[in-house]
Amino acid sequence: MSNVLVIAEQSRGTLRKATLSALTAAREVARRTGGGVSALVLGSGAGAAAEELAAHGVPVRLADAPVLAHPLAEAHAPVVAEAARAAGASWVVTAATSYGKDLLPRAAVALGAAVATEVLAIAGDGGEILLRRPMWAGNVIAEVELRTAVKAFSVRPTEFAPAARAPGGSVTPMAVAVDAASLGTRFVELQEVKSERPELTDARVVVAGGRGTKGDFGPLSALADDLGAAVGASRAAVDAGWVPNDWQVGQTGKVVAPDLYVAAGISGAIQHVAGMKGAKVIVAINKDADAPIFQIADYGLVADLFQAVPALRERLKAG
Amino acid sequence: MPLKLLVTVKRVEDPESRIKAKPDGSGIVTDGVNYKMNPFDEIAVEEALRLKEKHGGEVVVASLGGAAAMTELRAALAMGADRGLLVRHDGALDPGIVSALLQALVAAERPDLVMLGKQAIDDDQNQAGQMLAARLGWPQATFASKKESLESEAEQKKQPGVAVAADGKRALVVREVDGGVETLEVALPAVVTVDLRLNKPRFASLPGIMKAKKKEVREIPAASLGVELAPSVVVRRLLDPPRRQAGVKVADVAELWTRLHAEAKVL
Ligand SMILES: Cc1cc2nc3c(=O)[nH]c(=O)nc-3n(C[C@@H](O)[C@H](O)[C@H](O)COP(=O)(O)OP(=O)(O)OC[C@H]3O[C@@H](n4cnc5c(N)ncnc54)[C@H](O)[C@@H]3O)c2cc1C
Ligand SMILES: Cc1cc2nc3c(=O)[nH]c(=O)nc-3n(C[C@H](O)[C@H](O)[C@H](O)COP(=O)(O)OP(=O)(O)OC[C@H]3O[C@@H](n4cnc5c(N)ncnc54)[C@H](O)[C@@H]3O)c2cc1C
Repeated sequence: MSNVLVIAEQSRGTLRKATLSALTAAREVARRTGGGVSALVLGSGAGAAAEELAAHGVPVRLADAPVLAHPLAEAHAPVVAEAARAAGASWVVTAATSYGKDLLPRAAVALGAAVATEVLAIAGDGGEILLRRPMWAGNVIAEVELRTAVKAFSVRPTEFAPAARAPGGSVTPMAVAVDAASLGTRFVELQEVKSERPELTDARVVVAGGRGTKGDFGPLSALADDLGAAVGASRAAVDAGWVPNDWQVGQTGKVVAPDLYVAAGISGAIQHVAGMKGAKVIVAINKDADAPIFQIADYGLVADLFQAVPALRERLKAG
Repeated sequence: MPLKLLVTVKRVEDPESRIKAKPDGSGIVTDGVNYKMNPFDEIAVEEALRLKEKHGGEVVVASLGGAAAMTELRAALAMGADRGLLVRHDGALDPGIVSALLQALVAAERPDLVMLGKQAIDDDQNQAGQMLAARLGWPQATFASKKESLESEAEQKKQPGVAVAADGKRALVVREVDGGVETLEVALPAVVTVDLRLNKPRFASLPGIMKAKKKEVREIPAASLGVELAPSVVVRRLLDPPRRQAGVKVADVAELWTRLHAEAKVL
């Protein structure tokens, strides 16, 4: 069988939107293989997330047990493998989030599956499926073939539109056989970055700062709030401890594709650009007219951000 | 308790090099490209050295690849690692094979902790550590980081971010995850993959470089480890990504606003 299993991601019963992008990718695979798509939700008290996913027209297996309360790969991987077997899945798909990247390779070993990370597109003719994924910080796109009987990949959420609501879904509980006493991993705590702003990966507008802010994200945060935007950062700003690590955009941080990305005091290193070049419109504000960021910006302003950003806020208010 | 630490070191293209696909898509243009240790692996080596400095023990570094990878192994030895293993294989590998070869090294070396980079910056697969943990049936803590910033006092004092208990049976690992910072406790032996903000790796000193030349590096033919060496992730061709064109420079904030409002219609 060439069925496709989507591993969902949820937190306290709320489905993560990235899962709906993985569902879209899974349907693209199924359309080519002629198989069916089903999904797996893991957690404890995750019923609402399973219902929400089912409302997108997909049969959902719900593995709900206290041992799955925290996203521990050691506990979740055997459940994924079991669900994949039960679903007759020859493809296992998830979103390329920190949860997905931690879990998928571990589950894949149990299934003898090869894995492709951060898939951008599905290509190939006829029965052959090739996966396009970035290498070298996105400087090169590779077209890869997976040669194992069961295959797995994670999906870059910005590259696949979230699946729309549709009828025909269902939720079926699944027994969980993982023994908590057998686990060598224990969850201690999660320090969440709380914010009133939209999630970086979902925001329509992102205002990002780098080393050029010298640690003062005040003006950028104010502009972000005026625009209902999320705030992002370069690695330099995060490494310095100025802003939470969760704000990093780039090869090793978040990948974003907003309608508007404002980069202020960011030089435009290839590793940063890897995370934001999918934005529709890029604005760069930088003191240095030769900064590489201007090579990819749609609109470049050579200026001191501490003058330009407040001035832009004034102009916005004037309408 | 002294710790035995096994750290992987991959030879990759320097992240400062300009990488592009060959016109026929068969590989990348390597003219003018420099090679170095994967930056994440430098952080793994640094962390292992700090753990050894605190707990005592041994740091063994391993690389899989051609003879050229000896350079990166020597670089890790110059930082202070004790000895090296070079698993010789000249063909393509994939994360499944890498993890199977590492499993064989673990069986021979019996480390308390295996430390890898979270991803190699060439293939960016982010899989080898998780697959190794799965094969061994060991706990995994991926994307290890720490709560203190890289400018903090703890970092200046070269404290390890991974907190191994005095009895050597458990470790606390802080991880960078979407939405925050998570802490896990893993029973040892375990696999840890490291993220960028775990530490600032040291530079090798001149005496370190001299000493490294005399340290033992054992070569092991990959074919001798009983692992199937045919890749199951096969790169069929490489393509150039769509390139963005440079846009316009605007004169001032007023023009920027007008362009965004009237032309791009995003404000
Ligand atoms: C000529 C050539 C052809 C190739 N063809 C293919 C191919 O067809 N399919 C394919 O998947 N890959 C291919 N590769 C790349 C392959 O060799 C990768 O090293 C392998 O896929 C592992 O993936 P990764 O390094 O991205 O692993 P990741 O999972 O990103 O690496 C994580 C960590 O694992 C460790 N690690 C990984 N590899 C090594 C290593 N060799 N030595 C020491 N530590 C290591 C490092 O600590 C690294 O930080 C090719 C490479 C070359 C040079
Ligand atoms: C393995 C690896 C992975 C990496 N991953 C990432 C990643 O995921 N994300 C990432 O961002 N980076 C990443 N990096 C780091 C990257 O290479 C750069 O070092 C980093 O992006 C630089 O940050 P920056 O642009 O803020 O700082 P800099 O390069 O120092 O640039 C600061 C800019 O601010 C400008 N400036 C200064 N003052 C002002 C002012 N008052 N007004 C306006 N402009 C001003 C300067 O002209 C300069 O252009 C990675 C590097 C490596 C090796």
